[in-house]
Amino acid sequence: MTGTAMPLNAQGAPMARPGRRRFNLTFLGLVPFAIFSTLFLLIPTSYLIVGSFLDSQGSVTLQNYAGLTDPVPINAYVTSIEISFVTALAGGVFGFLMAYTVISGGLPGPFRSGLMTFSGVASNFAGVPLALAFVFTIGRTGLLTTFLAGIGIYPYENGFSLYSKLGLEIVYFYFQLPLMILIIAPAIDGLKKEWREASENMGASSAQFWRYVALPVLMPSLLGSMILLFGNAFGAQATAYQLTGGFINIVPILIGNQLTGDVLHNVGLGYALAMGMVAILGVTLVAYSFLQRRSERWLR
Amino acid sequence: MSGSPGGVNRLGQGIEAMQSPTTASTPGRPRSFARLIWWFVFIAGVVYFILPLLGTFVFSMRAIPTFSAYTDIMGDPLFFSSLAYSFTVGIITIIVSIALMVPTAFWVRLRMPRARPIVEFITLLPFVVPPIVLVFGLISTYSHPPLPFTYTDIGSSALLVAGYVILSFPYMYRAVDTGLRSMDIQALTEASQSLGAGWLRTLATIILPNLRVALLSGAFLTLAIVVGEFTMANFLARPAFAPYLSNLSSSAPYQQAAVALVSFGLTWIAMGFIAILGRGSRTRVTVTGAR
Repeated sequence: MTGTAMPLNAQGAPMARPGRRRFNLTFLGLVPFAIFSTLFLLIPTSYLIVGSFLDSQGSVTLQNYAGLTDPVPINAYVTSIEISFVTALAGGVFGFLMAYTVISGGLPGPFRSGLMTFSGVASNFAGVPLALAFVFTIGRTGLLTTFLAGIGIYPYENGFSLYSKLGLEIVYFYFQLPLMILIIAPAIDGLKKEWREASENMGASSAQFWRYVALPVLMPSLLGSMILLFGNAFGAQATAYQLTGGFINIVPILIGNQLTGDVLHNVGLGYALAMGMVAILGVTLVAYSFLQRRSERWLR
Repeated sequence: MSGSPGGVNRLGQGIEAMQSPTTASTPGRPRSFARLIWWFVFIAGVVYFILPLLGTFVFSMRAIPTFSAYTDIMGDPLFFSSLAYSFTVGIITIIVSIALMVPTAFWVRLRMPRARPIVEFITLLPFVVPPIVLVFGLISTYSHPPLPFTYTDIGSSALLVAGYVILSFPYMYRAVDTGLRSMDIQALTEASQSLGAGWLRTLATIILPNLRVALLSGAFLTLAIVVGEFTMANFLARPAFAPYLSNLSSSAPYQQAAVALVSFGLTWIAMGFIAILGRGSRTRVTVTGAR
């Protein structure tokens, strides 16, 4: 790319002047982007990083991070990770099955484009309206709850609550499932028909085909997609806030509480909580890009 | 089972498979049984997808008289003002995002390929810094001098737009970059400049029109996200659509159900446009961050 850019540099560009000046001007094209990202992404993030190491008087401390080991923050991280893990796994498995169904399961063609378009909508149908839709459906007086009561099933009298961890998982599943369908579809498309034919020609059963060909090829994509789902649920705040009124102890809600000065107002702890979140999401992104590169070996 | 019999057998299967290329597997019950399972999976998923929407609709119809939930929100000035506010913020976000991303991706491709890893890293950061953390950082940084954005309404709204532009980085940059890859920007730029056009003119009249599918898809996605976004708008205390929907609360439950359905409809419209635009193009931008 550098090589092919040179002729243009010499002939075409009106700004290009001989000597050192040309080199300096090349950077100017990226200045607006650099300024904007610095002002509204890098400085605010750095502010949180620095703040997480300062106490209220402004001297350096590790107290904020020590505060993360208190029962409430620990519990928030455990619950957040558990919810993200469960919904990523369930959404991943079921999303893969659904995507495979419409792509290779022998269902009529229009089902595929229909499901893909709907998945685009549903994966973006998150936050406040999603939480409300579930309240109207399996809340105390929701459509399904009243229907079940009609046939003698009372989930709320048997320990179920939509406003709990399980309830939140059911709601998150609504955007995790379509997201999985969207991101795993290209990988399933990449499974070449010839591979199945070749393995059948050599006498492999369907189970053997999956065990020795399809799953090993798909595994990096499957894992990578589920890791993406994990991060997707881990960072979500609006859905949980709307559903529980801010009374479920997960990390995004706890950060929000430090910000608005609710219950446990402690900005330093808020900074440390935010850093913990960034660290966990950073690990998931690194793992995702590693697996992404692995999956490109077979699926193009 | 060794030697030629197995070989013949395999060969035979191979011929059989070649003779019927569409169903290259064992015919009969196992196949139809598998298909039954696939149908079951598909229908279970569809029911799960549709039930909450149905529940919301049925709930909105409990209002007496019928449809009064919908006529009520039509008479609510806050419904329109919050929607107008969110659409305005969305359109400004789109303009700023395109104005930032097109020149940047163009410049990286054409003149500064060495900067690509840094630009890609920064545009991926919103995956690591979710909205709740970003808005925390923005408020912490800009709620006091030297840059007291949050002191004024217009400042808070500007901060909200800035946050949304950051959130649009991952898919906008990727959409523009994929769009640029599909054309010969080297030749286009040289041709344009040999005819006397400057950089801005080249970008506006040559590069932008060639990117219209990618940019429109990104624009509709941004609109869908911004109109439904709650976290940042709420913490910045903006009169946006999602906080309005959230605040309808228990005093107007049927109206709340109606507005939730409207919100779903708006997402549906935006995604419909993306699906129509995406037909015959390989630029698909549908995956976004957490909410």
